[in-house]
Amino acid sequence: MIKVDGLTKRYARTVAVDNISFEVEKGQIVGFLGPNGAGKTTTMRVLTCFLPPTSGTANIAGFDVVEQPMEVKRRIGYLPETPPVYPEMEVAEYLNFVGRLKQISSGDIARRVDEVLGRCAIGDVRNKLIGKLSKGYKQRVGIAQAIIHNPDVLILDEPTSGLDPKQIIEIRELLRQLAGEHTIILSTHILSEVEHSCERVIIISQGKLVAIDSVANLTNRLRGSEAVAVEVEAADGRPNPSEVLGRLEQVSGVSRVVMKEPKDGRLLFEIESLQGRQIRADVARTVVNAGWGLNELRTVGLSLEDIFLQLTAAEKKDQETVGGKSE
Amino acid sequence: MNNILLICKKELKSYFASPIAYILMAFFALIFGFGFYTATRDMVRYSFQAQMMGQAPPPMSVNDQIIRPLLGFASTVALFLIPMITMRTFAEEKSRGTIELLLTSPVNDIQIIIGKWLGAMLLYLCVLGMSMINIALLFAWGKPDLKPVLVAYLGLILQGGCLLAIGVFISTTTKNQIIAGGVTFFVCLLLWLLSWFTAFDTTGGASVVNYLSIVTHFENFSKGVIELKDVVFYLSMIFFALFITSRAMESLRWRA
Repeated sequence: MIKVDGLTKRYARTVAVDNISFEVEKGQIVGFLGPNGAGKTTTMRVLTCFLPPTSGTANIAGFDVVEQPMEVKRRIGYLPETPPVYPEMEVAEYLNFVGRLKQISSGDIARRVDEVLGRCAIGDVRNKLIGKLSKGYKQRVGIAQAIIHNPDVLILDEPTSGLDPKQIIEIRELLRQLAGEHTIILSTHILSEVEHSCERVIIISQGKLVAIDSVANLTNRLRGSEAVAVEVEAADGRPNPSEVLGRLEQVSGVSRVVMKEPKDGRLLFEIESLQGRQIRADVARTVVNAGWGLNELRTVGLSLEDIFLQLTAAEKKDQETVGGKSE
Repeated sequence: MNNILLICKKELKSYFASPIAYILMAFFALIFGFGFYTATRDMVRYSFQAQMMGQAPPPMSVNDQIIRPLLGFASTVALFLIPMITMRTFAEEKSRGTIELLLTSPVNDIQIIIGKWLGAMLLYLCVLGMSMINIALLFAWGKPDLKPVLVAYLGLILQGGCLLAIGVFISTTTKNQIIAGGVTFFVCLLLWLLSWFTAFDTTGGASVVNYLSIVTHFENFSKGVIELKDVVFYLSMIFFALFITSRAMESLRWRA
């Protein structure tokens, strides 16, 4: 349904989106995840034909965003970061205007407006001025506006930002209902959002694609494996941190070791295992056999939050080393 | 065409939902009414004086002595009102983020621009319409010639359309309404002053500037004369301004 290939968007001085490729199947609900300024909004703006890409292509339902923007626009519903509402209009009047703008025929418009009013639970404010509505209601009017013409693809930029917890739950519920018939991309920097409502996640950071996988796989990828925090006593400047790091990395079943900031001569490591491997016993043995003090050893769970941080941090580190070498 | 009307209707609705439309109409009615009062008073006083001196009243015409200067005056007042009409057209959409809705809907830029310009045009007509109350009074109690009045109104409409198109263009270049309004006002003022400075200068450069001044083309209309070159000038200026507006919107996308 959505196919993005080598998409790059460059502004005057910065590269907002750098060579991103992904595909989304029909009926899927995909979370677009990244820290602020990662390029989520820019990517969405390219998909909605608001901005042209610098290079690369984006296809929606088989239509190219640059070559056939009208066809694309007919098939998408878009909720930008701030709901694009006119404060001087009444809710029903506004939906009517947007519906006509999206080429709904005058015969169908009244029915469609009633339908989305019901769907987004804003029927009780249908004759109120949008300017007088609370943020949560405005957001829902924004969603109603995006789905009024029953588009194939829904693109929602941070649909739950600024809402209270109850409203967030309502919007999630609404999204779940919509997921069957529409293909949905929603962006967010809140991880629980993705865990709750998405099937797949696309993680981007600093304009680059970091990971793309199903939510289940992504959490399994690290939850199925084990993460262990180890504290090693290092009295008298012994053992040497890099030596410990080296030894730990050689333990069988270890996928990676991260050294934390040392505290009072104690060295802290976080060790991740390969999928399905138990490493605690081996790690303990390695430390003790080397004659070092093993102060603590405990398992830590990895949340999607950690995965996200690790993935985006790893990305950053790589870039720093690359930058360092070139200097 | 449907899209143009849809956007035009939305624009009109926005104007009349806020006080701006009423303020402009009231303001114009007041100023034009004052002009009407002084022009009529002077003419009546002049004819009384002539009669008291026992002379036959000199040939006087309502058209020449009231309507023509009044509508000329209206064209100058319009210069000051136009920035207030056009400043919000695109600047407001941009600052509210609703431009994203328009640009991601299946309508093209030209339809949006023409719709907005037409909306501004209709409000301008409503404002101008206020002057017809006074003119109608003259027709009720006098016998002015209708045709030159219609021609002058045509001139006002064309001149207004031209300045509105320029104002719409300026509004696309910023998201700040005050800046859009201020720059448009400055441009209108400049065009008005240009016609002053160059009115008696007939050297080559000055006559070009004079020709480009939007105000000078109104003079023939105010005399009741439709000159083809004036009509062509206005229509091509409207076309040109709307064309560069569409270019500006295009570049907006590439730069944004």
